[in-house]
Amino acid sequence: MAFDPHTIRDQFPILSTQVHGKPLVYLDNAATVQKPLQVLESSRTYYEEVNANIHRGTHHLSQKATAAHEAARERIAHHLRASSPDEIIFTSGTTDGINLVANILTSQFQEGDEILISALEHHSNIVPWQMLAQRTGARLRVIPVLDGGTLDQEAFRELLSARTKLLALTHVSNAFGTPVPVKDFIKPAREVGALILLDAAQSVAHQAIDLQDLDPDFLVFSGHKIYAPTGIGVLYGKSSILSTLPPWRGGGEMIKEVTYESSTYNDLPFRYEAGTPNIEGAIALAAAFDWLTALDLSAVASHEQTLITEAAAQLAEIPNIHFYGPADRQGALSFNIEGIHPYDLGTLIDQMGVAVRTGHHCCQPLMNRFGITGTVRASFAAYNTSAEVDSLVAAVRQAAQMLS
Amino acid sequence: MTIAEKQQQLLDELNLFQDWTERYQYVIDLGKKLSPMAEELQTSDRLIKGCQSQVWLDSTLEGDHVTFLADSDSLITKGMIALFVRVLDGQTPDDILQADMSFIDETGLKEHLAPTRANALSLMATQMKQHALSYSQG
Repeated sequence: MAFDPHTIRDQFPILSTQVHGKPLVYLDNAATVQKPLQVLESSRTYYEEVNANIHRGTHHLSQKATAAHEAARERIAHHLRASSPDEIIFTSGTTDGINLVANILTSQFQEGDEILISALEHHSNIVPWQMLAQRTGARLRVIPVLDGGTLDQEAFRELLSARTKLLALTHVSNAFGTPVPVKDFIKPAREVGALILLDAAQSVAHQAIDLQDLDPDFLVFSGHKIYAPTGIGVLYGKSSILSTLPPWRGGGEMIKEVTYESSTYNDLPFRYEAGTPNIEGAIALAAAFDWLTALDLSAVASHEQTLITEAAAQLAEIPNIHFYGPADRQGALSFNIEGIHPYDLGTLIDQMGVAVRTGHHCCQPLMNRFGITGTVRASFAAYNTSAEVDSLVAAVRQAAQMLS
Repeated sequence: MTIAEKQQQLLDELNLFQDWTERYQYVIDLGKKLSPMAEELQTSDRLIKGCQSQVWLDSTLEGDHVTFLADSDSLITKGMIALFVRVLDGQTPDDILQADMSFIDETGLKEHLAPTRANALSLMATQMKQHALSYSQG
């Protein structure tokens, strides 16, 4: 049965906000998505009934908090189909997860090794690798993007070699919504012995992640893009790999024994979780996964797809509009109108209550490739409606008239 | 006309408008009318880096009057600079330095601006005064 967004809108109190006297049309979901009551309540219940610092606590609440935190890890492992909860490392988000991996891999790289990324990557899947390359003498190489916004698979195969030590690839482009057929990249990369990291920040809210099927070595995402709070995220890492790598941040929880001379480190996942973690965030993230799974993610995804297709079809009637990315784009629709600065368009449609993102979307090299400084990006979530698509189109139309 | 008189004239014009669309349209049209800056003048030393839009500012001293030339890739930003140019263009460096630029708060435009744009606006006013200062010291 088709998914009806009206059945869930009252679970999102923020959606009834008025902006400049007009009802909010929130289409900036690729930046961050709004949170349902079930997630908000899980945070509140945690602080009202459970809050204590976790692990090593002898008292009742500490044990309760520890159990809730670890149960969250188990549920998330289950939703992602990880082999074990030990492979789920809580981070502060995608950026944190990528930096963690880039740092613990330092000793694995030497001069002449290559790190392969794609031209669709967000800055957070570029800069940590650039820094790793600078530390080790490795070289950063980039799979080019074709004019249609998809990756050049032929060029990818030519770039692959025995020197390729790591492939760090986005699952869905945040700027253009391009879904990347990651399996087509993983298999050849495996054959040359490269490690594989997937950036699932933009896919996790729109498709079920099956780690057994995708089989990356690492996968990262942020909770706030999947209906959970900011400040929590996940790094999945194969335990066979993570257990051979050194720790990164030192501190409490990540150790077994500390003397002034030396320390021994804890087992997975704790050795990568120094300091008091975001306990409430982890619990809320599990609640968000439960909430989204109960909705039927594939029905939600096809609803979002319908909205994107509708928006693209209606906007296409505006003269001199250009879309980026392929027709099967996921989550986001990126466009420009010739002669109109995206910032101006975004400013004017905000006056009409429509929230979109404008600019380079943290993808400056990608924008340069297309000879633009930015785009207007409307991005969709489960709660968006066809009426909101109409509001977007009407607002863009009016703004375009004012600006031309 | 003095700077204060020009400011008042602008405020009177803006006060004729009832809603935000008219005010914005007015600013956009000012942006369109502002004489464009030759591309070879759009150099990095003339660039005021805003968050999402670029603004170029140049000036010359003719006699004891400062002439401003400004441009932006964003039409709304360009319209905003046009407001400043209209008020400060052709004035003496000393008058520009002493000008009270808080009139922009009374235009009702600032409340519609994202903080990044509002910051860029303050930066523009500061830069124009810097130009005046360089002539006044020179």
